[in-house]
Amino acid sequence: MTNEARVPTRMGDGTFVHLTRSEIRADLVAGSEVAAKRAKVPLLTDDEIDHLLEIYASPLRFIGVDVGDEIVLSCDGTGMKTHATRIQDLQSYEQWMGADLLELCVGDYSLKVVRTILAYEAQYMHDAQLCTIAPLQYGVMPNLGLYSKPDGPCDNWNELLPLGRIPEARAAAEQAVEMAVVDMVNLADSQWEAGADAIDWDTTGASGDPEFLAALRATKIIREKHPDMGVQLGMAGEFVLGMHGQLEWDGVRLAGLWPREQLLLAQKAGATMFGPVVNINTGKSLAWNMARAIALIKPCMEVATIPVHPNAGMGVGGVPMFVHLPSDAVCRAAKSFVELLHVDGL
Amino acid sequence: MRLKEAKQYVADKLGVTPFDLSDPVVMTDVRNEYGFGRVHSYAISQPWQANQIEAKFNIARVLDVPINSVEKFKERTAPTGGSR
Repeated sequence: MTNEARVPTRMGDGTFVHLTRSEIRADLVAGSEVAAKRAKVPLLTDDEIDHLLEIYASPLRFIGVDVGDEIVLSCDGTGMKTHATRIQDLQSYEQWMGADLLELCVGDYSLKVVRTILAYEAQYMHDAQLCTIAPLQYGVMPNLGLYSKPDGPCDNWNELLPLGRIPEARAAAEQAVEMAVVDMVNLADSQWEAGADAIDWDTTGASGDPEFLAALRATKIIREKHPDMGVQLGMAGEFVLGMHGQLEWDGVRLAGLWPREQLLLAQKAGATMFGPVVNINTGKSLAWNMARAIALIKPCMEVATIPVHPNAGMGVGGVPMFVHLPSDAVCRAAKSFVELLHVDGL
Repeated sequence: MRLKEAKQYVADKLGVTPFDLSDPVVMTDVRNEYGFGRVHSYAISQPWQANQIEAKFNIARVLDVPINSVEKFKERTAPTGGSR
């Protein structure tokens, strides 16, 4: 038993839990240690742990950064018929929510779904650009899995791998990469012609190293074709899964890369904004999750020459895996990223 | 360009400080002065003020940053543009 006062904080699934400052501090240390052990990153310093402790042991509902330290908020999916037409949604985000960045997309959000309606999407972007002010990008998930059977033309590497048919699985993934790169470049071409400010590769690497490779290759081509086009490259997780295992870009093996190495490749390919992701462990406290996220992303900040916007939304970046995000959790995650990592945005 | 440099660049172009950029009291006047567009309802923005694509022309000029949709607009409304 302890006489130490308890403060309400949350678990990674969003549920409240009441912990003492000592327990929160112990979770922060443990989260940092897990990151250091798995990703070979430095432990958070005592000062950093203490800083996070002040944030996560605060009983306040809302906390924030100092006045003047505000950052840019990027996003995905602001124009997707949430409450009206897609253009009206974009205008609402801009005019009523003060969005720094707008994004047009389709509800499915997958690259392969968009490839058949490029002209329609480009015309919609053209229309939207005429009646909005904020930078407006077009967003998709590369979602390489949709290129495999039964949804796509390539053999399904997820079915082949458990059968031990490794060479065939790798060949199928490589075939999908080629198709995705063509589709990504065609999408960027059509959107640039329509007036888009940028393209967003969201949840890159969800299908592992082949998908990350496709995004890097497409980004490099787009940078050469459209030097002024923004390319936002956001990741799907903290670790690039080795679904293929042997793929390389610019001499670097992609499987197993952590955020710092992901960023280095993204900025070398020509991305103009990088979104590292650290997934939530729902069975651990937010303090544990935030310390782990800060430790994993911190090495990015030391080598970044482009803006870094860690993903801080449902289930990532210290924000609970729950569809209605608790604002007390969101503001703590935001404050942590700004004050400890000096991120450019979220 | 990282955020700190970007804030300084924009502030210099607008004649304000980086601190001012997130102050709605200051920026409402700045946006009005430069024609950057404001909330186009409740008479906060008047019909004779620039907004939407017009505002982006002003933003591109004042910040000296090319904006794709503005460049495309110019191309497509030029005497030789519009039809390809």
